[in-house]
Amino acid sequence: MKISEHWLRELADPALDTAGLADLLTFGGIEVEAIEPAAPPFERVVVGEVLSVGKHPQADRLNVCQVNVGAAPLSIVCGAPNVRAGMRVPTALVGAKLPGIEIRLAKVRGIESQGMLCSAKELGLSEEADGLLALPADAVIGASVRDVLDLDDQILITKATPNRGDCLSVLGLAREISALSGVGLRWRVPQPVPQELDERVAVTVAAPADCPRYSARLIRGVDAGAATPDWMLRRLARSGLRSISAVVDVTNYVLLEMGQPLHAFDAAKVHDGIEVRRARRGESLALLNGSTLELDERHLVIADARQPLALAGFMGGEQSGVSSATRDVILESAFFVPEVVAGRSRELGFGSDSAYRFERGVDFSATEVAIERASRLIIDICGGKAGPVCEVRGSLPLRQPVVMRLGRAQRVLGFEVPAQQAVEIFKRLGFAPKPADDSIEVTPPSHRFDISIEEDLIEEYARIHGYANIPALPPPAAAVLQPLPEARRNAAALRHQIAALDFQEVVTYSFVDRQWELDFCDNAAPITLANPIASQMSVMRSSLIGGLVQAVSYNASRQQPRVRLFEIGRCFLPRNDLPQPWRVAAIAFGSAAPMQWGAKERGVDFFDIKGDLAQLLAPRDLCLQPALHPALHPGKSATVLCNGRAVGCIGELHPRWQRKYGLPSAPVLFEIDLDALLERDLPRFGEIPRFPAVRRDMAVEFDENVRYDDILTELRRAAPAILLDLTVFDLYRGQGVEKGKKSLAFSVLLQDTEKTLTDAEVEKAVADLRQILQQKFNAKLR
Amino acid sequence: MQDLDKLVTEALALFAGIDNADALEQAKAGYLGKSGALTELLKGLGKLPPAEKPAAGARINAAKQNLEEALNVQRERIALRALESRLAEEAVDVTLPGRGRGLGGLHPVSRTMERIEQLFRGIGFDVADGPEIETDFYNFTALNQPENHPARSMHDTFYLADGKHLLRTHTSPIQIRYMEKHQPPIRVIAPGRVYRVDSDATHSPMFHQVEGLWIDEHISFAHLKGVLIDFFRKFFEDERLQIRFRPSFFPFTEPSAEIDMSFGDGWLEVGGCGMVHPNVLRNVNIDPERYQGFAFGLGPDRLTMLRYGVNDLRLFFDHDLRFLKQFV
Repeated sequence: MKISEHWLRELADPALDTAGLADLLTFGGIEVEAIEPAAPPFERVVVGEVLSVGKHPQADRLNVCQVNVGAAPLSIVCGAPNVRAGMRVPTALVGAKLPGIEIRLAKVRGIESQGMLCSAKELGLSEEADGLLALPADAVIGASVRDVLDLDDQILITKATPNRGDCLSVLGLAREISALSGVGLRWRVPQPVPQELDERVAVTVAAPADCPRYSARLIRGVDAGAATPDWMLRRLARSGLRSISAVVDVTNYVLLEMGQPLHAFDAAKVHDGIEVRRARRGESLALLNGSTLELDERHLVIADARQPLALAGFMGGEQSGVSSATRDVILESAFFVPEVVAGRSRELGFGSDSAYRFERGVDFSATEVAIERASRLIIDICGGKAGPVCEVRGSLPLRQPVVMRLGRAQRVLGFEVPAQQAVEIFKRLGFAPKPADDSIEVTPPSHRFDISIEEDLIEEYARIHGYANIPALPPPAAAVLQPLPEARRNAAALRHQIAALDFQEVVTYSFVDRQWELDFCDNAAPITLANPIASQMSVMRSSLIGGLVQAVSYNASRQQPRVRLFEIGRCFLPRNDLPQPWRVAAIAFGSAAPMQWGAKERGVDFFDIKGDLAQLLAPRDLCLQPALHPALHPGKSATVLCNGRAVGCIGELHPRWQRKYGLPSAPVLFEIDLDALLERDLPRFGEIPRFPAVRRDMAVEFDENVRYDDILTELRRAAPAILLDLTVFDLYRGQGVEKGKKSLAFSVLLQDTEKTLTDAEVEKAVADLRQILQQKFNAKLR
Repeated sequence: MQDLDKLVTEALALFAGIDNADALEQAKAGYLGKSGALTELLKGLGKLPPAEKPAAGARINAAKQNLEEALNVQRERIALRALESRLAEEAVDVTLPGRGRGLGGLHPVSRTMERIEQLFRGIGFDVADGPEIETDFYNFTALNQPENHPARSMHDTFYLADGKHLLRTHTSPIQIRYMEKHQPPIRVIAPGRVYRVDSDATHSPMFHQVEGLWIDEHISFAHLKGVLIDFFRKFFEDERLQIRFRPSFFPFTEPSAEIDMSFGDGWLEVGGCGMVHPNVLRNVNIDPERYQGFAFGLGPDRLTMLRYGVNDLRLFFDHDLRFLKQFV
């Protein structure tokens, strides 16, 4: 809420400067987000009375005015169209500093001008102006314009938390300042206006649970066209409200002053009394904001005998509103329970100052006081005669006593809470405290909707006492070690390992383009957001691939020839039980190694990323099974198996997506369940062999379609026990190898744990291996 | 025997001038070889009268030893020169870059998350996790925000089209899930991604939070202040760092506070905290008369910006290598 500091200080004025006042509120829990000056700085601008206006001899559009500023009249050249003798205007004296200019003694078309008559725009008070700013006829000549217009005011922009609806008014803020600082509250409760009419407003409340209190009053003979006084306009403007008409301005003023939403109906448009009731299906209402609302039983309305006139607690109707033709007014001041408006703004798509307050709780004891306050102002400004206040009252919210145990407060806050101090604080808050032996009972006032349990009081005490005055202590705790399972590393350790493999971590959005889900996951029915912020962020990802491809593309188009990225994050699978597995994915694009002088450049390929993945999985074995994946090149893609379980995919991006996503070459990537990479088997000791191992190399020719994995499996199954390890160190096709065949060169490590191998044993083992390969794979030895 | 002295002088001068191993051995042969000059002299000893033989023999042998030593010195000298020249040829430009693979790096927010985890693990906190697609119950209701509570409008929530789920707006639901499974004493933090319908220079629709919770019999607001002040000072490695607590409102804590940190001449909001609301404890069947404690929520994105001087939150989610590589 924006509010004038001067207005606030009329009600509570502690000996603090503006910043001090703002801090008082902020550290009391009502955050002052900003302080803005009511007007930009300027000086030496006084009230001048235009004595005479004469044509400038050299210029048609200029006048030469004699201006009385209290001493000898000044001769000032003025071009404003609205200048006329007798008006009082802001007069910038020679030497005055205005926003952007300094006034000097100067000749304007040959005539000396001893100052400048100012518009609101020239003083920085408005964006636009079509002439001089007319000051009140009673403005004291020679007085500073800053004083006359109260421009040395500051605007406090406060942010009350949702539990403090009582702080959405000047009165509420002043109460808070009084409680926080101890200065008295200078609020004179408005007195009833004299009743000059007997005419009553017939009020029926058909929904007493929604509206426990409804007050209405007829005021006849109102001049709806009367001008709103300057002081009121200023205060409204400083709260960001524009003037509508005097009657509406008054209702807004009282809303700001007391926090009580009011509404004024044109009495001529209200037929046969007022009824507060639930709307009926089929009814509709054109609201003051121009929208038309189709109503049903969920809506509470103010209606007359014919139709709904206003949406209760929200907004008045277009048809029954006050206009310049209005002569008689029905003023409404009601208490609607928070439930009537709560959550409704989101449903309607708009809010209102009234709804904002009713939702948070309005002082139900103040409806009548507020209607008297508004009546007084309307009669003072617009004239008219007031009838009696007609009120229907149901069961108002109860204010149950709440007890704060001192021991409990002490335990929660962590320091000693003196009874006397707590009583004093509750008194300042208007809580009527009743101290007992080791507790204090309070009854919260009608303007507070947030005091119902002990903790509420502990908080009130702590807040007024000051959080800064609460000690900061290290908590005592049992020194129990946290479990640190060794068979499962944490994600941070994995992150570091992936980074050490030359991948840079990224964080991409969890919501993605629907098209990515189709392209990379073949997912036509992804989890969809009801209210995405953009269409390319409208569905939940079921894979990390899209985000990584996009991130590579982003960097590739910014002159990055080599991009290696990874992400660890949740994916969201479109199934009934909504699994949200953690995954890790990495992508490599460009050359295999950074550009360097000592190694030949080559593009990254499938076996680079496979090697990276194998390192991450170690000591477990990485096992791949050829498999199709919508994102991947069909000949270069596989399912990743870990201990026989499918845990992810690996491969080269499909050339179709490479082109579509603007990549000059195909990246390779993998995506794996995070768990598979976090689980690690505990090391298990094995005896170190005491006998030397023997190495033999062999080259074998296979058919192209024989897979390395199958060879390995077969050898492991059938080979002699002394085969310790087998490494493939060359793959060759070409001269010397038949077409359709490939030659694999193996290095075989043989070892017996019991004795040194003899040459004969070694030769026999190698021969056995060859035989296995020959028989099983039709391999040819080279 | 004057010839001998002359011969030795001659030989020493000759050897010293040779810088090639083969030439040196050839020169050696001229003196000490089968028919070398010195060898010849030794052979001539037999012709001397017996009385002169021992003295002459001794002199010749001394000369021979003299020459052998000179040869060794010269051999070593030649070998050293050969080594020196080989080493000079082998020299490389050590200023050329090394070869090998590059080095990746962590996302700056991950660095922060890791440090936060380490600090809290150090005082016995467990680390928990929870789903990002949540139910209304865990995100709001269990946290003391019934439907239509005005506090719900503090969070602009992403809803799923199924009408039943939402993207969690804070990490606080993990509090509930953790307390459902664990009994006090509870010390846990829960880092993770959260989502709100908001996007500008200081807001991202997806950002990070770290939730913290400490429940025991006597954990007070004073302890909350103690732990958080200590945390911020250790995180920023600055024991003079000022932290202040402002009264605020969260439905799931009471009393509640916003946390501000001194920064330059002003203050910056870095988190929210408070004493866990008794209704929240009741919702997870923990007796609020016996147990109490605090909860807090920190913004690791903001902490990362402050720690490393990053001036735009959006950089974290743009995955621009020119930015990310600064945190390797």
